[in-house]
Amino acid sequence: MGTQLVMYEEEFTKINAVCDRLTKDANAKVVFLVDKNGQLISSAGQTQNIDTTSLASLTAGNVAAMGGLAKLIGENEFPHQFHEGAKDSLYMTIVGSRVVLVVIFDNRTSLGLVRLRIKKASDELTKIFESLVKKADGPGIGSPFAEISDDDIDNLFSE
Amino acid sequence: MSFINYSSREINCKIVYYGPGLCGKTTNLQYIYNKTAADTKGKLISLSTETDRTLFFDFLPLSLGEIRGFKTRFHLYTVPGQVFYDASRKLILKGVDGVVFVADSQVERMEANIESLENLRINLAEQGYDLNKLPYVIQYNKRDLPNALSVAELRQSLNPRSIPDFEAVAPTGVGVFDTLKAVAKLVLTELKKGG
Repeated sequence: MGTQLVMYEEEFTKINAVCDRLTKDANAKVVFLVDKNGQLISSAGQTQNIDTTSLASLTAGNVAAMGGLAKLIGENEFPHQFHEGAKDSLYMTIVGSRVVLVVIFDNRTSLGLVRLRIKKASDELTKIFESLVKKADGPGIGSPFAEISDDDIDNLFSE
Repeated sequence: MSFINYSSREINCKIVYYGPGLCGKTTNLQYIYNKTAADTKGKLISLSTETDRTLFFDFLPLSLGEIRGFKTRFHLYTVPGQVFYDASRKLILKGVDGVVFVADSQVERMEANIESLENLRINLAEQGYDLNKLPYVIQYNKRDLPNALSVAELRQSLNPRSIPDFEAVAPTGVGVFDTLKAVAKLVLTELKKGG
C-alpha cells in the first residue's frame, strides 16, 4: 500500500510558518496545503468561514481530474492552475509531486505577486517534505497504532 | 494511504464505496449523514448531474472518536457507478485505505455487479493495490425488493473468499452502519499492523 503520509511536530511547525508567511507576503486571503489524496495538512489566513475539509477534498478531486486530462494530451500533469472568480480567485500549485498549495486571493493583490511568492514558498515546502519522507523511512519510528488492542478498536464503535 | 499527524494527533483514513450504477452507494452516504450527530460529521458533498446521478464523487468526512489520544477521522467517498465514468473512478481510488463493494441484489443487475467488481480489481491494480490484501467488505443492497437473489447466490458469484458481507436496505438504513463499522475496523486493524 503506497507510502503513508506521516507528519511530525517539527515539520508541522515549519510548514505552518511557511503558509503563514505566504499569506502575508502575497497579501492573500487564505492559504491551504492539501495532500493529493484530499487530506488537509495546513491552513493559514481567514479560514473561519471556509469548510476546510470539503475544500481539501475538492482540491484533490480537481487536481486528480486535471492530472488525468494532462496525461490524455501527453503531459505528466498541470503543476499550476489558476481559477479567476468575480471577487476571489484561486491558485493551485503541485509541490514536490505529492501535495497541493492553494492560495485564495482577491483584488487587494495581483496574480503576478501571488505567483512570485508561491514560487519561494513552494521551494521551501519541497525541502520540508523531502526531510519528512526521509524521517518516515528512517528506523525507530513505528506506527502509533502498533500498540492498540482489538478492544481499543471495539470501543470506538460502542455507542 | 492514511495520514497520521503526530502534531495535531489526528489520523485520517479514506474509504471508498464502489459498485455498479444505481446500486445505492450515494444512498449509503446519505443515510450515514442523516443519522450521525452534527459534531461528528462534515458536509456531505455530492458532485452529481442534474438527474442526481453521481458525476465525480460524493464525500462525507466522519469523526469516530479517539484511539490512544489520536482523533480518528474517516473520509467516505463514492465513485460514479456508470460504466463510462471509468476515468473518474480510477482517480477516486487513489490513496484508498478500505473498500466497500455495494452490490445490487436484483437478479437483473447480477451481470453489472460482476462487471463492476472486475473493474474495481483492475482499477486498484493500476494504482498498485491488490483487492485481496486491502481492507474490503461487501454489502448486498436492496434486500427488500421482490426480485432480489438469495444471499447464497450472491455470495457464490461475488464473495468466493468469504470476506465480511452484509445485507442492506440503504434507504431505511438496514445494514448501513454494520457495513461501515466492519470496514472501519478492518482499516484500523491494518494500521495496527503498520500497513
